[in-house]
Amino acid sequence: MDMTDMNSAATTTPSGRRQGEVILDLQNISLRFGGVKALTDISFNIREHEVRAIIGPNGAGKSSMLNVINGVYHPQEGRIMFRGQQRQKMEPHMAAQQGIARTFQNIALFKGMSVLDNIMTGRNLKMKCNLFQQALWLGPALREEIAHREKVEEIVDFLEIQHIRKTPVGALPYGLQKRVDLGRALAMEPQILLLDEPMAGMNVEEKQDMCRFILDISDQFGTTIVLIEHDMGVVMDISDRVVVLDYGKKIGDGTPDEVRNNQDVINAYLGSGH
Amino acid sequence: MDTRTSASEPGQGGAGPDTFPRWLMHHAKARPQQPAMREKEYGIWQTYTWAQVAENVRAIACGLAQLGFKRGDRLAVVGDNRPRLYWSVAACQCLGGIPVMMYQDAVAQEMAYVLQDAEIKFAVVEDQEQVDKMVEIQPDAPLLAHVIYDDPRGMRHYTQTLLMGLDELQEMGRIHDRNQPDFLDGEIDKGASDDISIMLYTSGTTGKPKGVCQTHGAFIAAARGAIQFDKLTDKEDILSYLPMAWVGDHLFSFAQATVAGFTINCPESGETVMNDLREIGPTYYFAPPRVFENLLTQVMIRMEDAGSLKRKIFHHFMDVARRCGADILDGKPVSGGDRFQYWLGNLLVYGPLKNVLGMSRIRVAYTAGAAIGPDLFRFYRSIGINLKQLYGQTETCAYVCLQPDGEIKLDSVGKPAPFVEVKLADNGEILVKGPMLLKAYYKRPDATAESINAEGYFMTGDAGFFDADGHLKIIDRAKDVGKMADGTMFAPNYIENKLKFFQHIKEAVTFGAGKEFATAFINIDLEAVGNWAEKKGMAYSGYTDLAQQAAVYELIRDCVEKVNADLAADPNMSGSQIKRFLILHKELDADDGELTRTRKVRRNFIAEKYGVLIEAMFEGRKTQFIETQVKYEDGRTGKVSADLRIEEVKTFAPQAGKRAA
Repeated sequence: MDMTDMNSAATTTPSGRRQGEVILDLQNISLRFGGVKALTDISFNIREHEVRAIIGPNGAGKSSMLNVINGVYHPQEGRIMFRGQQRQKMEPHMAAQQGIARTFQNIALFKGMSVLDNIMTGRNLKMKCNLFQQALWLGPALREEIAHREKVEEIVDFLEIQHIRKTPVGALPYGLQKRVDLGRALAMEPQILLLDEPMAGMNVEEKQDMCRFILDISDQFGTTIVLIEHDMGVVMDISDRVVVLDYGKKIGDGTPDEVRNNQDVINAYLGSGH
Repeated sequence: MDTRTSASEPGQGGAGPDTFPRWLMHHAKARPQQPAMREKEYGIWQTYTWAQVAENVRAIACGLAQLGFKRGDRLAVVGDNRPRLYWSVAACQCLGGIPVMMYQDAVAQEMAYVLQDAEIKFAVVEDQEQVDKMVEIQPDAPLLAHVIYDDPRGMRHYTQTLLMGLDELQEMGRIHDRNQPDFLDGEIDKGASDDISIMLYTSGTTGKPKGVCQTHGAFIAAARGAIQFDKLTDKEDILSYLPMAWVGDHLFSFAQATVAGFTINCPESGETVMNDLREIGPTYYFAPPRVFENLLTQVMIRMEDAGSLKRKIFHHFMDVARRCGADILDGKPVSGGDRFQYWLGNLLVYGPLKNVLGMSRIRVAYTAGAAIGPDLFRFYRSIGINLKQLYGQTETCAYVCLQPDGEIKLDSVGKPAPFVEVKLADNGEILVKGPMLLKAYYKRPDATAESINAEGYFMTGDAGFFDADGHLKIIDRAKDVGKMADGTMFAPNYIENKLKFFQHIKEAVTFGAGKEFATAFINIDLEAVGNWAEKKGMAYSGYTDLAQQAAVYELIRDCVEKVNADLAADPNMSGSQIKRFLILHKELDADDGELTRTRKVRRNFIAEKYGVLIEAMFEGRKTQFIETQVKYEDGRTGKVSADLRIEEVKTFAPQAGKRAA
């Protein structure tokens, strides 16, 4: 495997990351809301361990695509293959059980709860004890709680948010809330992490931090990451492959360099009076 | 010449081990199960006993030896206060090496200088951030052969051959130790008291940083003296949060802890320090004045938001504390009524307040490094925190003078510490001698010879004098101290600091060397004076306008008068009272070259630039026109001009002034 030296890892496409097999394959996806075509005949795949970006101008269908992946929307046409198996009708909670976690463009956290408790909610699916055991705080429930808390603390340490551990999320600045949202998604120990505009509304420093966390997640946990992002600099720096949507159609797919030189992409962003 | 020594006998004869590795092994035997270190990790305080620390130090030392670390080699240590970095220091000492402490926030070039200067082959660093710097400067420091990192996070794709994780190093060391179990004990046995135990770099505000070489004997003497002085035991708890490369942290967290056998606590991260402080509740504490100031500000802001009843109770009992708190702490006689009130206040206000600050258990707290404001100092003492001041520098293990319990004075740094001799040169410069003096500056015999005189005294460069009770007062850098026309001492910094303690005064520059009387330039604090003006309903358009208003002059004159009264009470300084002052039309600014980047006034530059104003003050003119060029932050220049008023201030006959309060 080819290893890059550290300097280029931070600035150019990190080719040193191991890329596995296709984990999720989207074939000829079309999604309509009544007469409105949100997505038209889109095919692309996601490989294990890669950082995959979905970009495109406003209204291109990026968030719809993400919602198709995690089961919120059901495309009228097309097939979704997850680890080689065709996915049947599915709901978001089933996606979660299959190891797909996501963060939201408009942070979805419990504002009145502490950072710890918010991240703990991400562990919900991993909890095995029943209501009765938990209510009575029986041995197994206690042991389980401790194990989950350890996991949460690892995430707190990983995201460097020790100082706000017990702060209510509502009292935190926006950049930190985004980080907590990421922590909550990470607490699921997902195989695929969907990030919906993780850097929106952040300043340069916060963006740099977030980039570092995304790369570290990919590096340390081997999580496959799919992200939607508007900041082109960020996308080109941290993604392995980029798919470009415009008006619900795929107009480009490839490495950042390929996409950057794709005439259709250039037109979509610069050319046709968008 | 004025010479003072502490009553205690010299430090060399004391009982106990004479090197730090021996102290460590001693504690591992004498108190194996007692906590030596704690570190908060994953939300929980993880404890390491003395036995565990000794085992880990052993493993690191043997690992370093396996890598080829030889006696006398230097080991760079860079990072936040982490147990494993403290262990690396100890491990290096076990092998007879010299740990070189570096500031973790230094930029790569600064580190390159130290690596070259100290010819460093081995470095132990905290994390990826520091590794990046080391890799960056490696071409400039060709000797650097091994960089060992504590935290493996983010290090997965680093393939440089010089890198190694501390975990692997320790594993290697454990194998080495199993194969040659006598090796390390042999190395520890070779150590001697006058071996160099540590190298700390001076800040280098004047010229290049110099590596200060201190011996085991020096730091052990300094530690032992302080332990004896403050009756420290192995039960103390301290929070280690100040930079490891700073002499104070090395004295408190390493030397004193290793000699006394008490527990050091490493905070989770830089941002959690205040929270960690509350959880640990240290018994022994050190902080620079600005930390105490921030804490007080936080308290005051939160009190402003409290309900009116709470606020009334708070202010009432703070008045009580101000009246008698410090006296109760010092064991002076206080009336029964006051004692009762203070007891009640402790129950309602001081106790809970100390708890919130994490200071409930503090027996001894020190501050040093800069002048501490009188109100600040009194506040902490009045609520029953035994806050004291000390004086020392890197070259003296931060150990020259300490304030004894019950003899606390605001403006002195206390009496010479045990084993230390302090002498004043004719020009007022403070000279010190004792076992804690530096052995040498690394590879700089010229600098060493310059700073230690023929009789073996270290020349501190500070000027001061002893007061009637034998307490040392620091007044200024010796080179800044001048003489007035009548021969009395003129210490500009000392007077300026007094002025700056008033919240309305931001900067002050005083003049008077070679003159009949002293004068001052004042910069008002726009925020504080602005608020004051708003409350009085005064209109102003900006700094220049506000600064020249008659009411503001009156406000500042009050402050200057209080300083004069203070100076008059001091026989050494009464001649340097300020007779005239003016408020400058612009704020002194680093962009205009008037301040250094660390906000110290550049006296000579200002004297030259505003020569016409100084002349006007000494000639007794009422106003003076001035036009100055200013540089804006975007690089453009502009002009500010004004007719400045010059006002007279009342001066006091020597000794006649009462303490301003």
